[in-house]
Amino acid sequence: MMSEGRKRMAAFGLACGMLFFLFPACSFQAEAKGSGKEAGEKEVTLRVCNWEEYIDLGDWDEEETIDLPSGNVIGRRSMVDDFTEWYYETYGIRVKVEYSTFGTNEDLYNMLTLGDTYDLVCPSEYMIMKLMTEDRLLPLSDGFFDTSDPNNYYINGVSPYIQSVFDNNKIEGKKWSGYAAGYMWGITGIVYNPEAVSEREASSWKILNDPAYQRQITIKDNVRDSYFAAVGAVKSELLTSREFVDNPDYLKNLEREMNDTSPETIEKVQEYLQDVKNNCYSFETDSGKADMITGKVVANYQWSGDAVYTMDQADEEDYTLAFAVPEESTNIYFDGWALLKDGIGEDAAKQHAAEAFINFNSRADNVIRNMYYIGYTSVISGGEDMRIFEYADWCYGAEEDEEEVSDYDLGYFFSKEGKEGDYVISAPTEQVYRQLFAQYPTEEAISRSSIMVCFDEGQTKAINQMWINVRCYNIHDVPGWVWALIGSAVCASAAWGLKRWAVKKFPAL
Amino acid sequence: MKHLKFSRKILGIPYAVFLLLFVAAPLIVLLYYAFTNGQGQFTAENLTGFFTDPNTVGTLFYSFGIAMVTTGVCLILAYPAAYILAVSKLKAKSVLVMLFVIPMWINFSLRITALKEILTWIEGNLAYHPFFNTVIGMSYDFLPFMILPIYTTISKLDGALLEAARDLGAGEAQAFLKVTLPLSLPGIISGVSMVFLPAMTNYVVLDMLYNSTYIMGSLIGSYFAAYNWHGGSMIALILLAIICLFTLFTSGMEEENTRGGTLL
Repeated sequence: MMSEGRKRMAAFGLACGMLFFLFPACSFQAEAKGSGKEAGEKEVTLRVCNWEEYIDLGDWDEEETIDLPSGNVIGRRSMVDDFTEWYYETYGIRVKVEYSTFGTNEDLYNMLTLGDTYDLVCPSEYMIMKLMTEDRLLPLSDGFFDTSDPNNYYINGVSPYIQSVFDNNKIEGKKWSGYAAGYMWGITGIVYNPEAVSEREASSWKILNDPAYQRQITIKDNVRDSYFAAVGAVKSELLTSREFVDNPDYLKNLEREMNDTSPETIEKVQEYLQDVKNNCYSFETDSGKADMITGKVVANYQWSGDAVYTMDQADEEDYTLAFAVPEESTNIYFDGWALLKDGIGEDAAKQHAAEAFINFNSRADNVIRNMYYIGYTSVISGGEDMRIFEYADWCYGAEEDEEEVSDYDLGYFFSKEGKEGDYVISAPTEQVYRQLFAQYPTEEAISRSSIMVCFDEGQTKAINQMWINVRCYNIHDVPGWVWALIGSAVCASAAWGLKRWAVKKFPAL
Repeated sequence: MKHLKFSRKILGIPYAVFLLLFVAAPLIVLLYYAFTNGQGQFTAENLTGFFTDPNTVGTLFYSFGIAMVTTGVCLILAYPAAYILAVSKLKAKSVLVMLFVIPMWINFSLRITALKEILTWIEGNLAYHPFFNTVIGMSYDFLPFMILPIYTTISKLDGALLEAARDLGAGEAQAFLKVTLPLSLPGIISGVSMVFLPAMTNYVVLDMLYNSTYIMGSLIGSYFAAYNWHGGSMIALILLAIICLFTLFTSGMEEENTRGGTLL
């Protein structure tokens, strides 16, 4: 039974708890009333969840201004503040953006499952697929795809190449493009030190377990990226054969092979990755970039956006690094904006604000600001607006006194029909293997790219078990001498305990 | 003084609420997940699964190995240091003790980063000795936790006991073995438990020093990343059980020893 005091304490605790829950509600009401009184207009709250460090936060120095032929670009305030102002000026509606961030796709998924509510999120393509299959996404409205609206920067500016990828990939008969708007994209490849590794060697996933580079290569510490690379390596012969490449259904076959989760493939991948574990420097989450620059390793499995960053940092220390895309296949990945059913529901005003947020981030000058800030490549090519192409040229185009210059054609990414010749950068020749190549891969490299689909529950389980098998220490691997040591330690302590017990029990002895 | 009694109760409430919200509630959630499957049905499969998979048992073994070796290294380094510190007649003793504590004030990942560079400078390529590096990293990190309790117990030791031992004809070594060592056991035990337990789970050290093998902490993380909350919770629970057993065992030993001490 509860004593009187305890009861009182419990009641007090309960009251405290209730106050705790009531407070936000009260204050929220007051706030809503207050703003309503001021201007007689409603305010839309938009909850956005994006990757960490994945949007321009503004505050640039004056000398950071990007001076393009079509005008200067500078980020003075954060993109979120600029959006709030732009939205009010354009549509006359106040919007309050609650901006938060996540660390990995899985974190975001767990956050959503635990009951955090957001209206607009920016996960990677496979997580978008997962959310689509679980029916948690709201389709983008028809208005969003209306090309006659000049404020629809996304649909008017998205690269035709990217749009075709989004149109061609379907989940349960529904196109990606109906549910997600791209943000940044890239491919996977190998950053390498050209003094230690040849371009040919870096252009194969097989480099990861090459004994010539024992303990000198880092690989990504996540199961999906490692799986992709390992599949590329174990199927190398097939994937690079003439017959396979010349097949008219090449892309379809490639995607099937790279997403193969048959037990035999998983077993081969496990063997390969175990080999890699014994050969590589480490499985890294974040240290790979720094280790590449300090020269601890000579090659590093990397996403193209981070590869650009690594090479930029190395350049500052007069250390030259290059980027290669493996011959077998490269994983093309996207991060995209998706509307959540949980958050938006039937609220049309909210959906409008969310779609406007996507559009605002797709306006050429904002795209440049985000790209400059993050270092990744936007899916937006700008449409009629030339500024994004000018920015690529501004970053990588050759100076007038450059000796060796090559033409670098980005028509596949930037052009709409009939204007193919207009998008050629004349860049220093070395850039063909460096930042420019990582930022905007050539059409040739892209031609062997494959997306990595979202595996179903059974496949995910099998692959994760494979990963645990690779990463864990198997009890069968314990060497005999360790068992002997443990055995003798146990015997010795048992003998000691027995002796103590005997001494206590029979002091006469 | 009635009101004083009341206020004491009130003072207890913040902690009680904290305990309820952040200790008891998560534990219940943990228990729930550990003993259910994806469909929310009761199952012991997570438990049996852990002990039948050679990889998970191997991880437990590997974590134990790292923790044991780390604890051993710490003990070997810490005991002489603490002993010399405690018995020295130095005036600036507190400054010396300070020197051992100061590293703890520096952020731990910063220290490990510095250690990484030093080890690279000595070894060349760190990836060849992952186990060795991990033990060094952990010992470096946890050493103060071993030194301080041992130092405190030895410096509080009653000098009269040592004099008595010498009066009764014990040599320097014999006095140490029969008096100082047994009486400093409580310090050793609390030092061991403060090093052993974190060493089993602190996977950040492994990550930073390029050890690609999982220990218990990273294994839990990998289960959660794979949306397998049930398996992850079970491993966390198993770890909790091991910690409880360990604490029970060491506190039992301590009790026995203090009783032995009073008898002496």
